[in-house]
Amino acid sequence: MALTKEKIIDSIYDQVGLSKSQSRTVVERLLEIMKQSLESGEDILISGFGKFVVKEKSARRGRNPQTTEDLQLRARRVVVFKTSGVLRDKIN
Amino acid sequence: MNKSKLIENLSQAVDLPLRKAEEVVNAVFGDMEKALIKGERVEIRGLGSFKVKKYDGYKGRNPKTGEVIDVTPKQLPFFKVGKELKERVDIN
Repeated sequence: MALTKEKIIDSIYDQVGLSKSQSRTVVERLLEIMKQSLESGEDILISGFGKFVVKEKSARRGRNPQTTEDLQLRARRVVVFKTSGVLRDKIN
Repeated sequence: MNKSKLIENLSQAVDLPLRKAEEVVNAVFGDMEKALIKGERVEIRGLGSFKVKKYDGYKGRNPKTGEVIDVTPKQLPFFKVGKELKERVDIN
């Protein structure tokens, strides 16, 4: 079973001793702070876990693999995640 | 932004003592880490999802020396950006 936001909220309630509604508010707020940071172009580094990095991708020529039609892909800004070496070692 | 800054920002945003905010942040990433170590998916609506991808071993080459080396099979978390975060981070 996948770990979802609901389960994280339950776990905060169990572990940290906040009320259920406080746990929800705090988790939602934490996620919002992370999203705002990335939106403003600022990376997030969680030591021992990994980092969320905002990358600028320049426009490039692409192709629709189904129709083989050439198309121009516009410049984009994307988030990539790089796993920390510590977590990588724990997973392997 | 690193973990301590994230803790500080959360503490101010929800008016929670720093120590409590630290417990929350550690619990959230701790839960994600535990799930990934068990090979479970993590699915946070709006932020994204993580799943552990398995990579086969292969024969690689040290690009500097040309020496052939065995790359052992490995497992790495793969992060897929959620729709909301993707749209918020991208230019316009």
